[in-house]
Amino acid sequence: MRTRLAEQVEMLLHGESAVAWAWKHVEPDVVAAFPITPQTLIVEKFSEFVANGEVRTQFVSVESEHSAISAMVGAAAAGARAATATAANGLQLMHEILYIVSSMRLPVMLGVANRAVSGPINIHCDHTDAMGQRDAGWIMIFTEDAQEAYDTTIQAFKIAENPEILLPIMVNLDGFLISHTAMNVKVFKDPKVVKDFVGETRPVPKIKLMGEEVELSLNPRNPIPVTFGPFAYYDYYFEFKRQQIEAMKKVPDVVERVNDEYYEISGRKYGNGRVVPWNVDDADIVAVVMGSAAGTMRYVARKYRERGVKIGILRVRMFRPFPWRDLQELLRGKEVVAVFDRTQDQGVMGGPLFLETLAALHYLDDRPRNVVNYVFGLGGRDFPPELVEKVFDELIRIKDGKEKPFVKKYVGVRE
Amino acid sequence: MSGAELRKWNEVPIAGVPWKFSTEYKTGDWRSERPVIDHGKCTKCLFCYIYCPEMAIKVHWTSDGSKPEKVEVDYNFCKGCGICANVCPVKAINMEPGRR
Repeated sequence: MRTRLAEQVEMLLHGESAVAWAWKHVEPDVVAAFPITPQTLIVEKFSEFVANGEVRTQFVSVESEHSAISAMVGAAAAGARAATATAANGLQLMHEILYIVSSMRLPVMLGVANRAVSGPINIHCDHTDAMGQRDAGWIMIFTEDAQEAYDTTIQAFKIAENPEILLPIMVNLDGFLISHTAMNVKVFKDPKVVKDFVGETRPVPKIKLMGEEVELSLNPRNPIPVTFGPFAYYDYYFEFKRQQIEAMKKVPDVVERVNDEYYEISGRKYGNGRVVPWNVDDADIVAVVMGSAAGTMRYVARKYRERGVKIGILRVRMFRPFPWRDLQELLRGKEVVAVFDRTQDQGVMGGPLFLETLAALHYLDDRPRNVVNYVFGLGGRDFPPELVEKVFDELIRIKDGKEKPFVKKYVGVRE
Repeated sequence: MSGAELRKWNEVPIAGVPWKFSTEYKTGDWRSERPVIDHGKCTKCLFCYIYCPEMAIKVHWTSDGSKPEKVEVDYNFCKGCGICANVCPVKAINMEPGRR
């Protein structure tokens, strides 16, 4: 490994300030946002940096999330590096435009402080807001703590802006559990380190248009003007979607590469960037989970390991594109795989993480004997170690054949 | 557009940006009624030319370019909206059924 480790300082930050500090170091050209709990602190903190003249970012106050993401379309189409943040119902209001951002191949960075969706109205954590956007053509990464929120926000720009990819990226942090929970976060002392990592400005790719080389942007200096967002009929719509699919296919490798490159300057690394396994190799029982709950589960699993129970935790960090190859590789031959969804799942066999894991495992000859789904933590319902223990005990009974496996159960609800 | 002209997904620019000028998209086949100009009545006031949302009214000018000689409809692009017939002050434009 090259020794390029950059100097860092420790600051007491909660997840949202961590995202704001990452933005400060990246210095996007444009930030537009509308406040919504539990995201507000990201833009609140960042607007302080703007007001103090610490960043050169153009900060646009808008009247809704629909406008915030629309401002991102305009800014990114003009070639700018653009970022915004939201949560829950705000993310739902962005929904329409999310598809437009990805189809226009605009590498916008969106921070989401995951929150339950109304109703009943609730401001606390679950992943339902993000899950409602999972087919919007965005790259989706789920972080585990404030440190990872800082690191991933920086990485996000480099992933999204890669000329092979050019897709927008959503960085998720559990509302309150990460967003409002303070920890010692290592941030780079010199913002130039971050600038060197992501590039001083966004690299805007060139394309051939009518025999001329033009910037894929609304740059008025283009010899041929570029139109964004025109009509595509049944004769070409499908072809443009196919291009997006192909770009998405390249994301897993780029995420891994950026994760490695970031390790060289920071000393921090999150698995292979896509999944973060903890004691999975020799495990009989593996819990698959996203977000902050992974930490609680590792804490409990450590105690079970001391007792000789071979239990592993597999945190899915990149949800879109779904890392199905990694899951196949890591989960083949396991006795019990338990997938934890922190999202609403009415009227379906299981949560989205469960269903996609199940689909990936289907193609293995040595697929796990039992795959079960737990839905937990809706609307900020606590998922404490005692509850994890109850679940683990159940999984052990299933492994030993003492309890019948099931498809889906709910953890932490009174029944 | 015939099948032979259609390109594959990796043969067109990304992001849905158009790679042809709009003049290459013949929108005339959207039409269900066609405007027909009665040149005997036409006073060449050019109201139709100004109002046409598709620039589908062609004006032929006298050789010195001082005044319009003849007004024609470009059926390659006329979508048949009928605005020209509606604004014509001498009712010289009739909307006739049929595309062609």
